[in-house]
Amino acid sequence: MTPASRHQAAIARVKKGWQAFARNRLALTGLMLIALLAATALLAPWLATFDPTQGDLQTTRLLAPSGTHWLGTDDQGRDILSRLIWGSRITLLIVVLVAVLAAPLGLLVGTAAGFFGGWVDALLMRLTDIFLAFPRLILALALAAALGPGIENAVLAIALTAWPPYARLARAETLALRQADYIAAVKLAGASSSRILLRHIMPLALPSLIVRVTLDMAGIILTAAGLGFLGLGAQPPSPEWGAMIAGGRAFVLDQWWVAAGPGAAIFVVSLAFNLLGDGLRDVLDPKGSE
Amino acid sequence: MKLLRLLASLALTALGLLAVTFLIGRVVPTDPALAVAGDRATREQLIEVRRQLGLDRSLYVQFGRYVAGIARGDLGESLLTGNSVTTDIARVFPATLELATVGIVFGAGLGIPLGVWAAVRRGRWPDQLSRVLGLVGYSAPIFWLGLTALLLFYAKLGWVGGPGRINVGFLYSVEPRTGLMLVDTLLAGDAEAFMSAVSHIVLPGALLGYFSLAYISRMARSFMLKELSSEYVVAARAKGLPERRIVWGHALRNAAVPLLTVVALSYAGLLEGSVLTETVFAWPGLGQYITHALQSADMNAVLGGTLVVGAIFIGINMLSDVLYRLLDPRTK
Repeated sequence: MTPASRHQAAIARVKKGWQAFARNRLALTGLMLIALLAATALLAPWLATFDPTQGDLQTTRLLAPSGTHWLGTDDQGRDILSRLIWGSRITLLIVVLVAVLAAPLGLLVGTAAGFFGGWVDALLMRLTDIFLAFPRLILALALAAALGPGIENAVLAIALTAWPPYARLARAETLALRQADYIAAVKLAGASSSRILLRHIMPLALPSLIVRVTLDMAGIILTAAGLGFLGLGAQPPSPEWGAMIAGGRAFVLDQWWVAAGPGAAIFVVSLAFNLLGDGLRDVLDPKGSE
Repeated sequence: MKLLRLLASLALTALGLLAVTFLIGRVVPTDPALAVAGDRATREQLIEVRRQLGLDRSLYVQFGRYVAGIARGDLGESLLTGNSVTTDIARVFPATLELATVGIVFGAGLGIPLGVWAAVRRGRWPDQLSRVLGLVGYSAPIFWLGLTALLLFYAKLGWVGGPGRINVGFLYSVEPRTGLMLVDTLLAGDAEAFMSAVSHIVLPGALLGYFSLAYISRMARSFMLKELSSEYVVAARAKGLPERRIVWGHALRNAAVPLLTVVALSYAGLLEGSVLTETVFAWPGLGQYITHALQSADMNAVLGGTLVVGAIFIGINMLSDVLYRLLDPRTK
């Protein structure tokens, strides 16, 4: 059936995309897990039954999992499940902030390099290559150490190391689009460079970028947790999952549950983003899958 | 000409690396002069220290001095150990090299066969196994897996040695010649010490290797799928070659060159991954050196370590690029 309007065509495309996506059970599971994470973060004050930062040192220290404390308590007597629930906010915040900072930066650098070519391209891509040549975790560590510990600085450090692959990708997409006839037509119609970039190139470079960012989310979560584990991310008593594992490290041989809960939480959320990313890639960017 | 271009790009990337570490060193909120002079220093003393450190000069001059210092192998002094950072890194680096090498032997040794197998049995259980291993590898925090593995294999089952490189009893009896514990104990001819070193490196090495295994096996699978669908494989099948020879003799041989690049890159990645692994296993290598330095804001040591890892990263990148061109006749 031929769509009657642009609007209808857009709706049909979204529907087709969703149907293709929904056929992939694993991707759907990933999406549901992420929705669950978002709901947990949103409803944290109502879901958490205990105070996440204050525990009773005299009566509830290092209790094994039980009916009252489903995942046990830590060395400060705090309920681990409640801390995990509040910690979901931090994880979600980090992921969203890094994506919001790094993706537009990469998109801007990449599309500008690809569209203008010449020395702009050479300069921007050299810069990208230098950042790409760096080991990401180490660079983020050094940045976080220089900026000082804290969640904002951890986000900044991760974002500063995350954008180069996006710039590469956006440039490749732009190069493929630059010679297209419709761009020539828009140019003839007198559109400015910024209009062409913003309205006609960036939207088309977006799908593959979204896939890439989603696939990177797991890496971002793991890096943030690693920073937290090393004491460079969120500071105590914040219930950040990586920092919680670091806190449980001293007790891992006898009170395994202190580190097990947050570790499993990081694993499940990273896995969810990986599954979702794989599914999105198959729908939005069929070239990327084998 | 190509070599010249390569060298130029290498030099440029190295300079960029230096610029980044230099700039990171500048954004530190604490005044380095204050750290040297102490907080009871008078204003005049502070100005004097600043002059001595060259902090009163322009940023370009400072950067020039920084680069010149590094060219002489001077990475500054570590506040924590009091040694020069270069000496410190030379001391701890063999431990990391040893760990990463065991890791890559494990990762490539199991990852490549697994990837080939997954490609041959596409969609069947070997393929699913490689997919699941890959997903877990991409999703699990390595420090948590490390802690769990220590709990299980060391504390509960007692199959492997605990944290550290060797049992403390052997620590001072083995003469450090290469700095590689496995080699040193062999050179000393001490079988017991060697076994102790093996039992300590197995777990962190395998764990670190697992993360490269995940990547290597996925890449091996995708390269093999491409090769197996090409025409020469059809021709080889048509002339009746046994499937085993087609897979291992023909297809894998063609996939070997890009695979080599993947293995080289994973090796560089393992040097980086060792930061968290070493922290968990109390492995006295570069990673632990950097994290200890991080926790005490010892910026010279942090940046020196970052620079060394970055330089190795760039070096291996370049090397794999060159190897690719040399080994693959299609790039000529």
